[in-house]
Amino acid sequence: MTNKYGILLVSHVEEITDGLLKLLDQVAGDVSIKTAGGTENGEIGTNFEKINQVLNAFEEEKILAFYDLGSAKMNLEMAMEYSDKEITLYETAFIEGSYVAASLLQADVDIEVIEEQLKPLIVKE
Amino acid sequence: MSMIEKVSKWIELFGEKVTQNKETLNKLDTAIGDGDHGSNLTRGAAAIREKAEETTYDNLSKLFQDVGMTLVSKVGGASGPLYGSAFIEMAKKAKETEDIGEILEAGLNGIQKRGKAEVGEKTMVDEWAPVIDHIKSGSFTDEIIQESLQNTKEMKATKGRASYLGDRSIGHIDPGAQSSAYFFEALLDSGVLDDE
Repeated sequence: MTNKYGILLVSHVEEITDGLLKLLDQVAGDVSIKTAGGTENGEIGTNFEKINQVLNAFEEEKILAFYDLGSAKMNLEMAMEYSDKEITLYETAFIEGSYVAASLLQADVDIEVIEEQLKPLIVKE
Repeated sequence: MSMIEKVSKWIELFGEKVTQNKETLNKLDTAIGDGDHGSNLTRGAAAIREKAEETTYDNLSKLFQDVGMTLVSKVGGASGPLYGSAFIEMAKKAKETEDIGEILEAGLNGIQKRGKAEVGEKTMVDEWAPVIDHIKSGSFTDEIIQESLQNTKEMKATKGRASYLGDRSIGHIDPGAQSSAYFFEALLDSGVLDDE
């Protein structure tokens, strides 16, 4: 299966994105999921350049992005402005939102339906 | 001194102030945030110093742009994108004018666009907004900097990491307002405003 959507996970902590990726891979082994966790030196935080590099590494042109806390969003939004890809940022609970998106993408569900399912999971803003 | 020399001095002094006060900023941030504001800005200041040493600037816009991009790339946390966005917007404005009030106002718009904060939410915006008003009306003094800073103490945070604390954020000076106070103290000391 080749999916035209990729999923980006951004967290302040590398182990969080690693762990979440492990969880998502279990239900969505064919979905392209990439992570930007922690700063460039693996410390707590998020980094514009790291997110930028991960975005560029996607073959997919359309990305669903999920994040943990506010400053991750700021760096993510900056990277989105500098990227040519079509990126949608979801203000959902980090784990639940990315889990729903990944498992439904795996099942070839339409993006409109996925977004509908994500709506009740919005907890930010 | 030329305008560009004064602005370079301003940025250098800002770097010195955040570096000297790294622990103060970390401590303020420990109370209501994640405790790394001083460390993050100190890292940014070092990167800016390095960049400045290897570059000669002949226009303000390029100088602001480089500072902005350095902050965005080297400083984690919220302060990188926030200060970075400020400088990047200041760089754009500096192509049209040398008026510091107008340039700073563009910077504030950059911060607000990035952080979505309004006045009164206990953020750096609460330092920038009143200071810029006073710069524009020609009544800017050190007292304005300190007064605006103290005003953040009684505010309840509704943006940023401190907002998770709710009422418990009251009674603490906002670390972003404190580093912004250093930024404006450096502006006063640099002589950038003297010719105006």
